[in-house]
Amino acid sequence: SVSLCNTSQGCSAGFVSKVWKRDAHGYQQPLQCCDCFKDLRACFVLQAEVFPYPEIGNDELEEIKQLVAPVEKFFSDDVDSAKIDREATIPPETLQGLKDLGLFGIMIPEEYGGLGLSNTIYARLNEIIALDGSIAVTLAAHQAIGLKGILIAGNEAQKQKYLPKLASGEHIAAFCLTEPGSGSDAASIQTRATLSEDGKHYLINGSKIWISNGGMADIMTVFARTEVEVDGVKKDKISAFIVERAFGGITSGKPEDKLGIRGSNTCELSFDNVPVPVENVIGEIGGGFKIAMNILNSGRFSMGSSCAGMIKKLIELTSEYATTRKQFNKSLSEFGMIQEKFAMMALNAFVMESMAYLTSGMMDRPGIPDCSLEAAMVKVFSSEGGWICVSEALQVLGGLGYTKNYPFERFVRDCRILPIFEGTNEILRMYIALTGMQYAGKILTGKIKEMKKGNIGLAIGMVSKKLRASLGASVDLGLTGKDGVVHPSLEDSAKKLEQNVSLFGSTVESLLYRYGKTIVDEQLVLKRVADVLIHIYAMTAVLSRASRSISIGLRNHDHEVLLANTFCNDAFFKNNYWMVQLQKHSPENNDANIKKIAKQVLENRAYICSHPLERTY
Amino acid sequence: MSGRVLVGVKRVIDYAVKIRVKPDNTGVVTDGVKHSMNPFCEIAVEEAVKLKEKKLIKEVVAVSCGPQQSQETIRTALAMGADRGIHVDVSGKDYENLGPLQVSKILAALAKQEDAQLILLGKQAIDDDCNQTGQMTAALLDWPQGTFASEVSLEGDKINLVREIDGGLEHIKINTPAVITADLRLNTPRYATLPNIMDSLMNNETELHKPNHRTSLCVGLIPLFETVAPEDMQGGTDRSGAMLRHTVLQSGKPKRIILSCLCI
Repeated sequence: SVSLCNTSQGCSAGFVSKVWKRDAHGYQQPLQCCDCFKDLRACFVLQAEVFPYPEIGNDELEEIKQLVAPVEKFFSDDVDSAKIDREATIPPETLQGLKDLGLFGIMIPEEYGGLGLSNTIYARLNEIIALDGSIAVTLAAHQAIGLKGILIAGNEAQKQKYLPKLASGEHIAAFCLTEPGSGSDAASIQTRATLSEDGKHYLINGSKIWISNGGMADIMTVFARTEVEVDGVKKDKISAFIVERAFGGITSGKPEDKLGIRGSNTCELSFDNVPVPVENVIGEIGGGFKIAMNILNSGRFSMGSSCAGMIKKLIELTSEYATTRKQFNKSLSEFGMIQEKFAMMALNAFVMESMAYLTSGMMDRPGIPDCSLEAAMVKVFSSEGGWICVSEALQVLGGLGYTKNYPFERFVRDCRILPIFEGTNEILRMYIALTGMQYAGKILTGKIKEMKKGNIGLAIGMVSKKLRASLGASVDLGLTGKDGVVHPSLEDSAKKLEQNVSLFGSTVESLLYRYGKTIVDEQLVLKRVADVLIHIYAMTAVLSRASRSISIGLRNHDHEVLLANTFCNDAFFKNNYWMVQLQKHSPENNDANIKKIAKQVLENRAYICSHPLERTY
Repeated sequence: MSGRVLVGVKRVIDYAVKIRVKPDNTGVVTDGVKHSMNPFCEIAVEEAVKLKEKKLIKEVVAVSCGPQQSQETIRTALAMGADRGIHVDVSGKDYENLGPLQVSKILAALAKQEDAQLILLGKQAIDDDCNQTGQMTAALLDWPQGTFASEVSLEGDKINLVREIDGGLEHIKINTPAVITADLRLNTPRYATLPNIMDSLMNNETELHKPNHRTSLCVGLIPLFETVAPEDMQGGTDRSGAMLRHTVLQSGKPKRIILSCLCI
């Protein structure tokens, strides 16, 4: 057996060594599964799960190709996105076409009437569905979150009763968690469910807002507070319920007039003594919050492939224009600043694809892996990358892009929601940073206690390790070299990744030592930690994918190498800069001043400088 | 009558793809380019499936001649409602030389073998635009043909057809067995829904045939000299005086109509 971390001191996080074997292609295959990215503790890389890049069988690939064709045809021939956006509604024929195609039950098992497809195929189909933002959100609200609760936590009776009609699209589902007073702070919802006297029904009272499909949903997953008894003490815990509109007492408000995804129905829902049979509780009473988090976590990864699909389409549309439009006697495509935009779009699409399918591949592995951290990283990167790319694509078209005659302005408006819903990027960064540091924290707490007790040997060990890392000593994590899992043409990038990871490890250690538990309040610190983690995952995904492409000889794999190396180079320096800012008393760090400025502005609720034209004499 | 319909489906470059000529001018680029079922073949499949749904025929068999990838096209036909598929394996040089004459020989042989009552084809393929296979097949089998069909109805053992021709619409009545080629307005093909596609992938209903008469593939080959992209369109020119000037005839005295240079 070979230990994962080859540094001579062994891994500071005490990582369990794994047993490896080589398969027919020479790839190292793990014999034991680990818990995905969460095992990225202080200083090493998650080789076992991410190398080699997940592959699907030939049969599954055939299946995907066959499934993709009619969906693409439907979206190019029968979906009038401009009309949907203009009229703020999806025409019934289009909705029916989507139901007929089977797109309302992609992940529902076949025995309940769905297609029973894997996460990977779902992600692939989302590349096409994302071409119309309103349809994408309607479908996602229905199956990625609306009915997911029944799918992952419902009992057999509930599945039998509800899933068939949801799979065919006869009933549409919605996910009801957010309230006027509780958005990001989901645990503070106030909607109540009180047990009736005969003990057969719960009566739900309260209101929910921003509910996608709220106006047309027949089946809703509603989260409400219930009174439970824990060890004799009465507590208020959140529970999940399957609520049918037919139960009565539910009113939908008028559809919200939104900036983008205007065809998706979003409205307020009021619950007035809605009677819900006790059989409709999902999971256990009081276990609703966990179910809500699981539901949200499982749907996020597909944003990566959705954004990638959209950017690929934009590249086609924009390059058509850039190569034909001439100014100063040259076509736009000959100008450096325009070329940069195309390179940026290609890079973003490449990274998003790589991350999304790496994550979906991990999720599709047998067992029930928890890839919530990876999914969150995919979501943050894709939503922000997507927003920047659509904006730059519009920029290439200049004034034309700004008009409604072209779809770019619609893409821009539709994309603005991405960093907001499915968990705001701010919240997700907190989650990524804290989860990523959690295990390290547990291990290090032990070590820190030892150090504070005066264990000199350990202190010296840590100092010398830090010294070596800061002197840029190369850390060998087994990515490169004779037995490396990364292809030689990506060696430089792999070394950069290794350096980043090792520096990240020691950065996290010192942060935890410096702040201890109060780190949860240091958002500006956590933001950088999250950004570094996201870029590390992105680099890993990109290297894994490119290595595989070269090894099996996919078309244009040399272009992939170029993209991979370019991205890793860029991410390497960004990561280093963020980590430098995280050092103690770093002069590059403006956080203290930023907080001061914010405090003064917010105290006065205005910009407080005197006008530059003012005089005092 | 067997009640069996043979539908020919051809795998062609997708209609939406921008065609590019190979640098050595020996043909068009097909590597890595998106392919799909010929649109007129889709209309033929749809018509066959409609006839089956009306219970006028019993079985729809989709046939494709080509390399391994033709099986995808057959599977699409199965997903649209065909019952069985036959893949006639033609690859390499044979496939490059495969034209309407060769295909019609294969279809004629298959029609006899399968005891087909009807052969439905698209009127032409969008890659070569030959518009010959249906006619040649009918000739080889000595069957009546109804080409450019925009309406088909079965009446006992005869077929009523409306054909779209240059002069308008022609109504004909032909005997079965017959060959029909589908024109654009015959119907609107259905989407192959995802559940149907998955079913078609589960059931391996496609037989593989190797064309056992090598001679049929080698005869009547048309040598290809060169493939060249069309020239870029130039703007038009207005030859001075090329406009036909005329004044409107008012009631009463006829006015003189002045014709300046007519550019023909």
